[in-house]
Amino acid sequence: MAIDKETVKYVAHLARIELQPDELEKLSGQLHDILGFIDKLSSLDTGQVNPSSHILAISNVLREDKPHDSLSLAKALENAPAKKGNFFSVPKILE
Amino acid sequence: MELNQLTAHELIDKLKDKQTSASAVLDALYARVQKIEPTIKAYVRIEGAKKPALNPQPDSLLKGLPITIKDNICTQGLNTECCSKILQGFRPPYDATVIKKLKNAGAEIFPLKANMDEFAFGSSTENSYFGPTHNPWDPACVPGGSSGGSSASIAADEAIWALGSDTGGSIRQPASFCGVVGLKPTYGRVSRYGLIAFASSLDQIGPITKDVRDCSLLSQIIFGYDPDDSTSVNLEVPDFSKSLSKDIRGLKIGIPGEYFVEGMDPEVKTIIEEAINKLNSLGAVSVKVSLPHTEYAVPVYYIIATAEASSNLARFDGVQYGWRAKSDNLIEMYKKTRGEGFGDEAKRRIILGTFALSHGYYDAYYLRALKVRTLIRQDFDAVFKDFDCIITPTSPTPAFKIGEKAQDPLKMYLSDIYTISVNLAGIPAISVPCGFTKKGLPVGLQIMAKPFDEAMLFRVAHTFEQNTDWHKSKPRL
Repeated sequence: MAIDKETVKYVAHLARIELQPDELEKLSGQLHDILGFIDKLSSLDTGQVNPSSHILAISNVLREDKPHDSLSLAKALENAPAKKGNFFSVPKILE
Repeated sequence: MELNQLTAHELIDKLKDKQTSASAVLDALYARVQKIEPTIKAYVRIEGAKKPALNPQPDSLLKGLPITIKDNICTQGLNTECCSKILQGFRPPYDATVIKKLKNAGAEIFPLKANMDEFAFGSSTENSYFGPTHNPWDPACVPGGSSGGSSASIAADEAIWALGSDTGGSIRQPASFCGVVGLKPTYGRVSRYGLIAFASSLDQIGPITKDVRDCSLLSQIIFGYDPDDSTSVNLEVPDFSKSLSKDIRGLKIGIPGEYFVEGMDPEVKTIIEEAINKLNSLGAVSVKVSLPHTEYAVPVYYIIATAEASSNLARFDGVQYGWRAKSDNLIEMYKKTRGEGFGDEAKRRIILGTFALSHGYYDAYYLRALKVRTLIRQDFDAVFKDFDCIITPTSPTPAFKIGEKAQDPLKMYLSDIYTISVNLAGIPAISVPCGFTKKGLPVGLQIMAKPFDEAMLFRVAHTFEQNTDWHKSKPRL
């Protein structure tokens, strides 16, 4: 399956990554090659095979619903590039 | 021998008998760092680093013993940036579970963190925001990756022992390139709490050490169930000191034909064959076996690992931590932050992973990869019905030159061809030094075992090590 520049541009948008024109050019070629290699997988018959999303035989791990201490507000905000009061601050999203 | 050249178990004995002090050990390490870091660059953010005051640690086994930590494992109050611009300045407000366990055992967390490929994306440590680490055996060569800083620091004796992480070979391949011991534990053996996630179904933290005894000792401390990691497994950890026997008589070793094919360095092939002969001469019985889906491991990995990475790395958006690009529009701020904050390989993997998960391609790529992962796992299940362990080279080549594969991502991906299946199948594997090429570069022997049978790895690796001298060689620096 081929991947063209338009697709790469669209996927980069989905991934919220701004690409410079030269990056887009280079990346499109590289992804094309990588996907060409990955297409090897389509030669296998996987019709009767179950997918493994995980290798462990465990599922739905739940903890007891008991209150416990969490990270304090001050600590949670300590690394924020911008904050206002008790909140993370971001550029305005509503006019 | 200087203190910094000793193994952890040798230092534990010396510290216990008061033949040396924690402060003297730290002095020796700092003196070594000062001397060789200009050549090796195993550590990051080293400017102005001075020997710190010792932390008061509990009186326990590791009291006063320093340990080197990869830059993707959270250490409270100590910068943890995954060697990425996007995590610039990040100081974790908490310790990873493995760090907590080490501190409880008395260990001193070495204040310099080890270099790595950005977010562990790479096989050479060239993708670090801070620049590459150099291989102590030949500074023109890469140390392997992504735990290249951890491995080089051990080989160059500027660390006693270290922690790395392994998603597709990131502990074993650099251990092999640097001539040290590296273990990827069974998936679920070590808590991932506080390990900054790359691919959550594959990542494991593990030891990188100077010998097998140290590796078993460090495993004993960091293994075990953790309620803070829902994928950690509640299973008793055996006493690994009992696995350090020197007896492998009657053990059945499988040698997969698929790992000895075209593309393999002929010198590596000869060295591995000699190592297998050695194990046979010690009483093991090796038989050729087949892991028929081996050739699909790399393509499966680069779908699953990138898909999981694209999701895990969504959190780096300039809001909660790290670096933020200037913009007065939110979406644009995300895009610029990620466009400027991530390096080339990170962008490549996030975009590839996003593509594999996107509408219209999910079944063809991601779902198919999950199915082939099942086939790879079943290959191992079948062999382990009749065999105690599997032996292969850790890498098809010795360390390559810095820059040699940097422009060709696919070529770089193929350097993980012998280590990736282990992560997909979730089994444990260890790399131990087993020889040198004519140019003096180390070669590693990989031993794989059944899930949760790390004891088998220590038994075979220790027996091999005690009957060879490879682990005692030191690079001339």
